[in-house]
Amino acid sequence: MTAVQIDAKGLHYTPLNQKIRAAVANGAHEIVIDHVLGQRFIGDGLRGDGVTITVNGVPGGDLGMFMSGPTIVVNGNAEHAPGNTMDSGTIVIHGSAGDAVAHSMRGGRVFVRDNIGYRGGIHMKQYMEKRPILVVGGAARAFLGEYMAGGLLVVLGVSGDPPITERGLGSGIHGGEIFVRGSVDEMYLGVGARQVAATDAEKKMIEPVIRDFARRFGIDAEPLLASGYTRIIPASARPFANKYTWE
Amino acid sequence: MCGIIGVIDRKRRCMDGTGIKAALSMMNERGSGEGAGYVAYGIYPEYKDFYALHVFFDNIREHKGALDTLLDRWGTIVHDEQIKTYEQPNIRKVHTPWRYFFRPDRSLMPKSTTPDEDIVTHLVMTVNAAKNGALIFSSGKNLGVFKAAGWPEEVADFYRIQDYKGYLWLAHNRYPTNTPGWWGGAHPFNLLDWSVVHNGEITSYGTNRRYIESYGYKCTMYTDTEVVAYLVDLLIRKHGLSEKMAVRALAPPFWEEIDRMPAKEQELNRAIRLTYGPALMNGPFAICVANADSLVGFTDRIKLRPLVTGEHGDRLYISSEEAAIRTMEPDVEHITMPKAGEPVIGRVVA
Repeated sequence: MTAVQIDAKGLHYTPLNQKIRAAVANGAHEIVIDHVLGQRFIGDGLRGDGVTITVNGVPGGDLGMFMSGPTIVVNGNAEHAPGNTMDSGTIVIHGSAGDAVAHSMRGGRVFVRDNIGYRGGIHMKQYMEKRPILVVGGAARAFLGEYMAGGLLVVLGVSGDPPITERGLGSGIHGGEIFVRGSVDEMYLGVGARQVAATDAEKKMIEPVIRDFARRFGIDAEPLLASGYTRIIPASARPFANKYTWE
Repeated sequence: MCGIIGVIDRKRRCMDGTGIKAALSMMNERGSGEGAGYVAYGIYPEYKDFYALHVFFDNIREHKGALDTLLDRWGTIVHDEQIKTYEQPNIRKVHTPWRYFFRPDRSLMPKSTTPDEDIVTHLVMTVNAAKNGALIFSSGKNLGVFKAAGWPEEVADFYRIQDYKGYLWLAHNRYPTNTPGWWGGAHPFNLLDWSVVHNGEITSYGTNRRYIESYGYKCTMYTDTEVVAYLVDLLIRKHGLSEKMAVRALAPPFWEEIDRMPAKEQELNRAIRLTYGPALMNGPFAICVANADSLVGFTDRIKLRPLVTGEHGDRLYISSEEAAIRTMEPDVEHITMPKAGEPVIGRVVA
């Protein structure tokens, strides 16, 4: 058994997740869930490399939380915090997502085709080989990368609308980096963040990530690679040292 | 955490409560079964000229007589009856919901320019502050709040809200955090035409309460949301602010944002912030406010609670979750997320 179809119409998330886990335990590699509407916690804590879950509909919050390995493809929008504390694997959203996307993510990749809400990438972290990546095709709202401790965040503005038009970008960032296509008005920068133009070497570094994003959504990567990028990084390793500690 | 949803039909075409019940129940993860409620506009067309007072009585025999006497003193009870309820396994009927259709006697407030509204407001404040076994939880014309302690579907079935038809609905699924859940603490909160549902916490409640009580309103429900209903009544009905300006007062731009505005805008926004400083609401919130002609949704200015909107035909939907809107209207279009602190307004055109 390698492919499983699940009809989620009217199904609560608990039996839905039990079905997903049972399918993975039985060796399924392709799981397609139809009629998803608001079910939270889909694929949470799920382990299994090489498993692809297709979600048709609008899943509820915390999609793929603590997930380790699988790929989730959403044909629709997602609500709050997809990729919350995700360990590894991939989430691909063919639509937009709500607030706190990739919240506290610790590994793997989240790709959102359109826009994300407030506090995307809040408290993303990294440790040794674990380096989470969030790529947003459209725009991100305020407080992107808030308290970010590690990882990589890329906002592309593919549609031509400016990727960042709200405050608090990288507010409290003390690790990791944010790449924004084009320039960023200084007034949108949060406390503890500073911006520099991305060098060719740095752009080279994110090239595979942008190519992966473009491939998954069937868009042309070349114009994205030809653009200039702004890099948002911590102003210091301990931006709030004087606020919370005394030396 | 709570779940909210509101819908307005701009042409005043009515919908029964079936859809909003399903939408609210879809967000049960946002509640704790300690409070749910609905408000519908347009449900009493045959009594539309009279104030529909919905009352929780602790005990009919002991407490109804006093309220009858008080209402008789301030006007005429055109009709009154028990609100039909249907027993539910998990709802303990600790109050008896009653409805009055009431016509205030204007001659009793000769110095007021809005005597009807002022008499009804006075009655609501007096009765609710006295806590004599009666609580008026709904007091507008041609609208009614239906709420209790329970899960959304239980409360809906308790009142059979599918039997009511309205062109504007709000609904709320409660997860009380700072005070115990009880019938009066369930949302929507209502005063006259205004109804409010709220997800979040108004941390400036103390300041807002002192401010609003200085105008004669009394906060009696042991929870923060009721100040919002009184603030919109003060700002919009009494002070004549537009919905947009009222939201600007409650969730104003930051000073540094005002500093960057064109001169005229600066002047207006400074004036609003300075005049209504004590009405500024802090803390995380997503709120829907309704009156007979409009539905307004807005969040706190750093967007600490979710809110999405969608449209279909003449209908505007505002909710905590897109899936809830899709439960009511699978073909909904233009799903968007309002910007922090900026109102989304739907207005009737017919």
